[in-house]
Amino acid sequence: MTSPKRVGRIEFGLFSPKEIRKMSVRKIIWADTYDDDGFPYPQGLMDLNLGVIDPGLRCKTCDQKAADCPGHFGHIELAKPVIHVGYTRLIRKLLRVTCRSCSRLLMTAEEVEKIVGHEDSELAGEIVSEKDIKKERVCPHCGEQQLKINFEKPTTFSEVFVEDGRKVEHKLTPADIRARLERIPDEDLRALGVNPDVARPEWTILTVLPVPPVTMRPSIILENGQRSEDDLTHKLVDIIRINQRFKENQDAGAPQLIIEDLWELLQYHVTTYLDNEVAGCPPARHRSGRPLKTLSQRLKGKEGRFRGSLSGKRVNFSARTVISPDPNLSIGEVGIPLAIANEMTLPIRVTQFNIEEMRQYVLNGPERPTIRSPCGANYAIRPDNRRMRLSEANLETVAEMIEPGWTVERQLKGNDIVLFNRQPSLHRMSIMAHRVVVMDGKTFRLNPAVCPPYNADFDGDEMNLHIPQTEEARAEAEILVSVSSNILSPRTGGPIIGGIHDHISGIFLLTHTVRHFSKDEVLYLTQHLDVEHLPEPDRIDENGNPLWTNKQVFSLVLPDNLNMVFKASSCQNCETCRRGMCENDAFIRIVNGNLISGTIDKKGIGAFDGQILHRIIRQHGMKRAARFIDDVTKLSIRGIMLEGFSFGIDDEDLTKTEYGQIDEVLDGAISDVDRRIKIYNEGQLEPMPGRTLEETLEMQIMQVLGKARDRTGEIAGRHLGMDNSAVVMAVSGARGSMLNLTQMAGCLGQQSVRGERIMRGYEDRTLPHFRRNERGAEAHGFITNSYKSGLSPTEFFFHAIGGREGLVDTAVRTSQSGYLQRRMINALQDLKVAYDGTVRTTGGRIIQFRYGEDGTDPGRSSYGAPVDVKGIIESVLKEEVK
Amino acid sequence: MGTTLDVLNHEMVPDHQIMGEEEVADLLATYHITLEQLPKIYHDDPAVKTIGGEVGNVIRIIRDSRTAGRAEAYRLVVKRPKK
Repeated sequence: MTSPKRVGRIEFGLFSPKEIRKMSVRKIIWADTYDDDGFPYPQGLMDLNLGVIDPGLRCKTCDQKAADCPGHFGHIELAKPVIHVGYTRLIRKLLRVTCRSCSRLLMTAEEVEKIVGHEDSELAGEIVSEKDIKKERVCPHCGEQQLKINFEKPTTFSEVFVEDGRKVEHKLTPADIRARLERIPDEDLRALGVNPDVARPEWTILTVLPVPPVTMRPSIILENGQRSEDDLTHKLVDIIRINQRFKENQDAGAPQLIIEDLWELLQYHVTTYLDNEVAGCPPARHRSGRPLKTLSQRLKGKEGRFRGSLSGKRVNFSARTVISPDPNLSIGEVGIPLAIANEMTLPIRVTQFNIEEMRQYVLNGPERPTIRSPCGANYAIRPDNRRMRLSEANLETVAEMIEPGWTVERQLKGNDIVLFNRQPSLHRMSIMAHRVVVMDGKTFRLNPAVCPPYNADFDGDEMNLHIPQTEEARAEAEILVSVSSNILSPRTGGPIIGGIHDHISGIFLLTHTVRHFSKDEVLYLTQHLDVEHLPEPDRIDENGNPLWTNKQVFSLVLPDNLNMVFKASSCQNCETCRRGMCENDAFIRIVNGNLISGTIDKKGIGAFDGQILHRIIRQHGMKRAARFIDDVTKLSIRGIMLEGFSFGIDDEDLTKTEYGQIDEVLDGAISDVDRRIKIYNEGQLEPMPGRTLEETLEMQIMQVLGKARDRTGEIAGRHLGMDNSAVVMAVSGARGSMLNLTQMAGCLGQQSVRGERIMRGYEDRTLPHFRRNERGAEAHGFITNSYKSGLSPTEFFFHAIGGREGLVDTAVRTSQSGYLQRRMINALQDLKVAYDGTVRTTGGRIIQFRYGEDGTDPGRSSYGAPVDVKGIIESVLKEEVK
Repeated sequence: MGTTLDVLNHEMVPDHQIMGEEEVADLLATYHITLEQLPKIYHDDPAVKTIGGEVGNVIRIIRDSRTAGRAEAYRLVVKRPKK
């Protein structure tokens, strides 16, 4: 290996015609590619000097075979110069700032110095811009009156002069422009920010066109034996054809009109050859009508050379399929279909210590029949790097041949470490390392508790899987990327993995209030946990059978010495907390690993604020925390299955009394609104400070109606108690809220657009069902019905209006935040924390003198604080600390 | 305009100090960096103008920090490029 070299500087310049001819190996004059025998025409577009793509032929320039020849440039001599589309803006600027007769910069030396700064002052480097030159002035050097230069996209320049009071446009040919640019002196160019040593402006007008090597525009042979040429070749054919015709006409002395037409046509072909998406220019099309993919299209955009081929690539050793849940897996595991496990391999080097094992893998061969059979191998690699595909035919021979120095590509088997990923990969927890469990079926399986970091659900989501191929990669995956080392989010310092949905409902049902279980029930609940002994039973019933409390069952999954006190998600925030005597059983007290009081819910084990989980991580480490999540998810699923949990339409039913009360509240609110409108109409309304009368009225109406909706919710909530599934889910924090319940059972409430009542629609009214200028509640989107009772047609329409706003908002937000994220990641991606605690760029430039100013990694902190003081005191005092 | 505003007295403007040559040398030595690797601040920054910082000076900025209580940053004064 040669020693690495440092890039000192990069120079960007233009090719001069001289350079183009110098690098060219062949002048191309024929538009044809291959003759009837399929042999390239000499001096055609596929000339053998430009490199070879057909196997067997040798390049006439470098005498190498197709695989080794890098290709060589040729050139086309253009009959007349044409403008390079990529430089039209530079050309326009130069035409506008230089004299039309002497081509000097339209400024005196003093004026230039004022802008550019003195030659040897260290602050030089300012550039003269188009704005610094006054329009239509007289040249200070030769006294010529300047004309306005018009530029018309894509490549037309013209001069405007006034004749008999009329404006006349005179078109400038590329040759005229080139002549002007040629005469601009070097020092004037420097003042304009152009380095004439590497980029003379006349080189932006092409007189000779480089022909790229065939290797970058290979032709492909279709199944029917026909050749299909690359888009670039098609375009070059067009250029050569027009160029030839142009030359012939020129030599024959054709009339000016025809010459001009041909010139324009040549300009069009060269323009589209360079960029086929120029504004004001119809794109050149393939015979099938598809726009051609020319030079600029190869580079630009997401699938272009930069973003598509250089920054991003496709990889081997990856798999993708649909995901589905399996609560019996550990959070650190992933279930993989046998078909995928059979296909994917990891290389193992044969040594004298593992040779027998490797031999067995080879003997097992590439087909593993069931998930329980031992894994086999798909390839064996000889010491000379020859890869041998294993098949039934050669298994035994290869098994005999292996010896230390070989490499065996073994199939995936249980406990291998793999990287698991779901797009969009917005944060680092979007890729985590899991342990393999080979399974039947065709989907990836994961524990639903790891859904939150991936933001995954099972409505058809697909995920990707990658197999680290080296020992180093596997070690890194295990230590840095494993699920158990990513339970704490580096954003908040709190857990991001934890129970969701039914886990929370289940643990809530299990632990709510004090209940007793028989031995059978306790064993049913704990059968998937590895609990060896049950605790002393809480009491014995009249028949002498032991009974355990639900809190005792939950305590089985807690670490023995855990002490903590906190309030559950179901806490009502009463004014005086009755602590252990809480009527909602929302005051949680854990002493020495025993749940004394309280209901475990979202605050305890939830994915974003699992306090028990957090405490276990701080005091017992990640491994124990991962086990806790596994145990809790299994226990809670059993807990919910013990009684069953469902929700149906009749769960939203209320009794006659409640419906009466709700109607009363709504009628009251509507008449209250009418009363306020009356006051307003009489001119008696007092405006609120800083508001107009209308705004005051609107606010009052919104307030009254909002309150009415909440009242109906209270009425419904009073009837639907803890035996209602929706209430359990809302109270425990598993899913939904009391508002959702209000809307299902009580009343939907006010629909709004931009936080205001619905005002749009017809003239002075929202719908023709209402009177003009009516201000009442129903006329502006107040819905008295609930989802259960069903909406009236007008209500349904208002609901659709409000719903549409929500949809538009989310659509706009995701696209905007996605782009924001992309820009942010691009800016931050190479920053890292150096060993001295500073945040630096790759060039060693300092961004922060200490990471986050305090040097704390939030992923290893307690909600941002370096020490969990409250946790330590609680575990010592075994009581709550304020 | 009659009244002039001293930006340094504004509650949101942290303390800016021009560092002495020795201090700068110490600073560069502790972080093993060259002057160019420091973060930059423009010469026409209102706070820099008020304390009389010039191109090439290093400014110490002492801020209140939500995470650390007090944080120091150092910035090299550079000329603002035109446009």
